[in-house]
Amino acid sequence: MQNQDQLSELKAIVQSLLDEALRQGASAAEAGLSQENGLSVTARMGDIETIEHHRDQGLGVTVYFGQRKGSASTTHLSPEAIKDTVAAACSIARYTNADDCAGLPDRELLATEFPDLQLNHPWPIDAEAAIALAIECEDVARGYDPEISNSEGASVNTHQGIHVLGNTLGFLHGTMSTRHSLSCSVLAERGGNMQRDYWYSVARNPSDLESAIHVGQKAAQRTLRRLGARGLSTRQCPVLYAAEIATGLLGSFIGAISGGVLYRKSSFLLDSLGKRIFPEFIHIHEYPHLIGALGSAAYDSEGVATRPHDIVSQGVVRSYVLGTYSARKLGMKSTGNAGGVHNLLIDPGTQDFNEMLKLLDTGLLVTELMGQGVNMVTGDYSRGAAGFWVENGKIQYPVEEITIAGNLKDMFRNIVAVGNDVDLRGNVRTGSILIERMSVAGA
Amino acid sequence: MELITLAKQAILKPSGITESEIDTIMSRLMSSRADAADIYFQSTRAESWVMEGGIIKEGSHNIAQGAGVRAVSGDKTGFAYSDRIELPVLMEAANNVKAIVRQAQQASVGLSLPPSWPSYYAPIDPIRSLEDRQKIDLLRRVESETRKLDSRIEEVIVSLIGVHDHILVAGQDGALAADVRPLVRMNVTVIVVQNGRREQGSMGGGARSDYRYFIEQDRALNYGREAVRQALVNLEAAEAPAGNMTVVLGPGWPGILLHEAIGHGLEGDFNRKGTSAFSGRVGQRVASDLCTVVDDGALPGRRGSLNIDDEGTPTERTVLIEKGILKGYMQDKTNARLMGVKPTGNGRRESYAHAPMPRMTNTYMLPGPHNPEEIIRSVEKGIYAKNFGGGQVDITSGKFVFSASEAYLIENGRITRPVKGATLIGNGPDVLTRVSMVGNDLELDSGVGTCGKDGQSVPVGVGQPTLKIDGLTVGGTSV
Repeated sequence: MQNQDQLSELKAIVQSLLDEALRQGASAAEAGLSQENGLSVTARMGDIETIEHHRDQGLGVTVYFGQRKGSASTTHLSPEAIKDTVAAACSIARYTNADDCAGLPDRELLATEFPDLQLNHPWPIDAEAAIALAIECEDVARGYDPEISNSEGASVNTHQGIHVLGNTLGFLHGTMSTRHSLSCSVLAERGGNMQRDYWYSVARNPSDLESAIHVGQKAAQRTLRRLGARGLSTRQCPVLYAAEIATGLLGSFIGAISGGVLYRKSSFLLDSLGKRIFPEFIHIHEYPHLIGALGSAAYDSEGVATRPHDIVSQGVVRSYVLGTYSARKLGMKSTGNAGGVHNLLIDPGTQDFNEMLKLLDTGLLVTELMGQGVNMVTGDYSRGAAGFWVENGKIQYPVEEITIAGNLKDMFRNIVAVGNDVDLRGNVRTGSILIERMSVAGA
Repeated sequence: MELITLAKQAILKPSGITESEIDTIMSRLMSSRADAADIYFQSTRAESWVMEGGIIKEGSHNIAQGAGVRAVSGDKTGFAYSDRIELPVLMEAANNVKAIVRQAQQASVGLSLPPSWPSYYAPIDPIRSLEDRQKIDLLRRVESETRKLDSRIEEVIVSLIGVHDHILVAGQDGALAADVRPLVRMNVTVIVVQNGRREQGSMGGGARSDYRYFIEQDRALNYGREAVRQALVNLEAAEAPAGNMTVVLGPGWPGILLHEAIGHGLEGDFNRKGTSAFSGRVGQRVASDLCTVVDDGALPGRRGSLNIDDEGTPTERTVLIEKGILKGYMQDKTNARLMGVKPTGNGRRESYAHAPMPRMTNTYMLPGPHNPEEIIRSVEKGIYAKNFGGGQVDITSGKFVFSASEAYLIENGRITRPVKGATLIGNGPDVLTRVSMVGNDLELDSGVGTCGKDGQSVPVGVGQPTLKIDGLTVGGTSV
């Protein structure tokens, strides 16, 4: 119940902030407040390495004077700090220009129902127990194989936060949520050559975390399989994105249909609404109300109600990803996506990972990408990669120091299949994705 | 006024905490016989302005302050922080972190703070260096002058950021070290359209200075001119080649090569733990004898410069590679102590809410003997890469990438036509052994770099002369 009291107290602070904004002459205002605390421990080489106690708080306000806008934020919650922060925001609004799209969300789009999405599962673990868990996880990884030679350690993290959002249209709501993770990273060595890889598990509820043994084993297996990596000569071939990095492909797609790049005309998917950009079997949905999921939320960062909807069906873009401002710039309505998407899922196909390898037949399985070589304006794509060379559906040997390149428009159009080996850990969920052909460069 | 007085006024006075209370917290921290302990106080004010679509669209103002408390015992670190600079809160933090000390260690071996240190920038407040009205006028002028440059320009976005940061480090012996760090940054992005083809160009700069920096030497307007030039070049760019080829890197920002290929791998923590591809290689050849690379936090006014690092160690010029031979690593106090070497002023942290670790400051290669034109002339077929986006490295395998945003083909000793941006990939420990020519045209970048490590971002600088690398993999699409 202490949490409920804290929530009431923080709501009262947000309300006082909104009142102060109106008192200082703003015609409308929006404010957010968050308080988080957490514990992170790392064990390395069988012993404790770091203990970190986190305690963060932050307060942000945006004021509107008609269509002019100003923002300010602070880490202080005292009445004087609130007054000063509002004054700073108002001062900025004296210099910004009237922008006919600026302002609070449409009242009728604000969330009015707040289902319990079960996002709050505190982990009653103390530093000693967290360290013991991290040591157990790292021990498993280090003891897995004689070629495991060194370690970057195993970490246990637990965070709990309260986020309150309010605006002068009467919206005032708070959400409590937790996030816990267990991760491990080890090194392996063969013939003077070192490789490193990692594995992690993350969940709202600590009982949903993978076991320390599983995380340690996966970290060791992923590291060992990289030993003996070779280069690859320059060629064109099919490319299979492993599920854990295929999420990035979907992330690039969402980035390109997001309001900010669309109204700035800096996206390679301008005017794609209603157009087919994927093969017909591709369906992509947003499910914001999944119980206990990492991306779940009843409302977006402006208080607009989120709703389950199709973003792509039959390969056709059915919805952009918009907040209030970008929606108005485009002459549309907010899709409840200020701050991003909430649980994005691409319908899995019928093949498991091994069947996806068979479908790939001879080509490149990519398990790691490096760098930021994605041009959102043109869709040009060129990134460093590591993975495995596959022949006749069987993994032959690890490869590294190569690049894969193409144009995202072509890559999306040429998706051959999506696996059912879905990575459930994140906000974007997909199975492995097979692309018909890309350019691979190597030494 | 002395930095220490300024920092005390900015941080201690408003919070009401006294120096004797800091001593009390420190005694608590050291009561468990930690090897080292410190308290890091910070107060930061920042603002940003954005002009877009022809209007001043957004502005924001941020104030953050707090303290981080740390105890170190052997290779173990306990760390806690709070945004409330109050005795009871910091005492609780001290209690939490001293739990890290489980066995009694040898007597305290921590390093004391320096009695004094030089200054490479003035302790000015950039936010007050211009009236708000003048900042707006500057943005408007840059936007309108840039828009006039070409009829194909569709959008111009100009941003301006100023930061005024005060830090105070309390060491275990009760001594205090302080810094007042101004930082400014401006950026111009343009979108151009020609026959339905859309391209972007972006240029910016910054320094540990105030906003007048952008007015001096016409810098702000030059960012606009350069952004437009790059965008127009990209309109003409053809597919980039794919494969291993000779690559000539232009001077300045392409020095991100050094940051990724060798810089991270030479940070003390990775080498102490033996997880870097450079571990145990001091004294060995890791580059051609044309290459001398330094990390220098003591350059006047640079974005990556610091008077003292975030542990109170004065910054310095650290030679990383001298004539191709690996000389040493970049160190914070903890890793220096554990490796039995001196700290090099590279202990940095994003804020009071983050624990310090070894980080780069300004990393660059010294100039060599070759004329840049001579370098281009020596290449029969290859790529000339002039501008870059970001990069990344796997410090264990040594593989690194950096992404060209402006590049050209070199054919028969001449730069011929522009090609699209592409990622370049190489192996850190051997890429510099293939440097066959080094230009006499050392340039430092314009002050735009931000480096990320373990989720912490810090401002950095890079630089290099024109470099020729005999064989680097270029990730184009044209096979």
